[in-house]
Amino acid sequence: MNVDGVTNGIVLDHIKAGKSMDIYHYLHLDDLDSCVAILKNVQSKKLGRKDIIKIDEEIDVDLDVLGYIDPNITVNIIKNGVLVEKKHLSLPETLTNVIKCNNPRCITMAEPDIDQVFRLSDSKNGVYRCIYCDTAHSGGQDA
Amino acid sequence: MRHLIDIQDFTPQEINDLLDLALDIIACPDKYKDVCARKKLATLFFEPSTRTRLSFEAAMLDLGGSVIGFSDAKSSSTAKGESVSDTVRTVACYADIIAMRHPKEGAPYLVSQKSPVPIINAGDGGHNHPTQTLTDLLTIRRELGHIDGLTVGFCGDLKFGRTVHSLITALSRYEGIKLVLISPEELRVPEYLKNDVIEKNGMPWRETQSMEDALPGLDVLYMTRVQRERFFNEEDYLRLKDRFILDVNKMMYLPENAIVMHPLPRVNEISPKVDDDPRACYFRQVENGKYVRMALIKTLLEV
Repeated sequence: MNVDGVTNGIVLDHIKAGKSMDIYHYLHLDDLDSCVAILKNVQSKKLGRKDIIKIDEEIDVDLDVLGYIDPNITVNIIKNGVLVEKKHLSLPETLTNVIKCNNPRCITMAEPDIDQVFRLSDSKNGVYRCIYCDTAHSGGQDA
Repeated sequence: MRHLIDIQDFTPQEINDLLDLALDIIACPDKYKDVCARKKLATLFFEPSTRTRLSFEAAMLDLGGSVIGFSDAKSSSTAKGESVSDTVRTVACYADIIAMRHPKEGAPYLVSQKSPVPIINAGDGGHNHPTQTLTDLLTIRRELGHIDGLTVGFCGDLKFGRTVHSLITALSRYEGIKLVLISPEELRVPEYLKNDVIEKNGMPWRETQSMEDALPGLDVLYMTRVQRERFFNEEDYLRLKDRFILDVNKMMYLPENAIVMHPLPRVNEISPKVDDDPRACYFRQVENGKYVRMALIKTLLEV
């Protein structure tokens, strides 16, 4: 299957197979007017199978969100059909308004206008803790 | 400007300095009777409490200061829908320091972000209660002379008991502390505390459901109440509330030089007959709470 290359835009590569639609929604790509291609289950030497998203527009991608969902994703910036930058992600130290605290006793449940802020407490296992109540939230891979 | 939201906001050295100051206040109360003259403490208790609020108020009065505040959320603007941040920012216009208790976890941290005066967390849900921890540390020091190297047993509700979580965290920064955790399976210490605090700091620990098994090796027995308000299910509460009761017979298993602590209030978990035993120090612990809060208020106000 062939999909046209991106001229000016972004290619998200090495997405864990099956996660591309989650990323599509998290990055609000459905709001774009430009061409967006989602390739699922592409053969990969590194991962076996992977997903790829091609966005034919230069947009600001929230790297924190992407890093949280899957720190193994590669972000390729394309200009005039040429790869000009390759960004490797990592788990962000802080997540703001990406995930919500599910502790019914947390102050964020009583005052919903507060920013939902989580800090990385265990990078090995991808565990984040609510800065208000310390409740753990893990599994960005499942976001 | 400093706040006290979590016991870990203070370094071990700062905590030792506070305990030293509290001991000096006990030894020479006259020296401190006017240090907070013309200063006001606001006690904002969005959740009912007797001893903590009165302890803060007595502490401020003994430092020569005065006290304003409320003891029930119904009598504050919260009942009209005001956010806790707005309530605290308003009160901060009238007071020099605020001690607040709130049923929602993280509320004191939230308000400390915007407060122009020091905030003391006087308990936020099942989360933190750092002044109780300071009280507990002062009690251990006064009773036993040191904190390093002790074997401390925690008994009762170790899952929801915030005093337990805070004290274990504080003790993890001392040398040679050993823990014995006595609780029903449903009320065990949460996994995150075991992993992030106990294991991470290499504290030797064991779990048991037998008081007779645990008591002979302890220097400190820290009893806790199973708190009805932490349960969503009344049946669970009724099933677990009387699982561990310390009575005169069980006291025979405890070493002669050990102490029994309890953050109070108690319900059934310590028989009143134990009160006369010199090892029962929970009412002396209450008294220590006032002195350590005096030390804290003085320190945070920088007077």
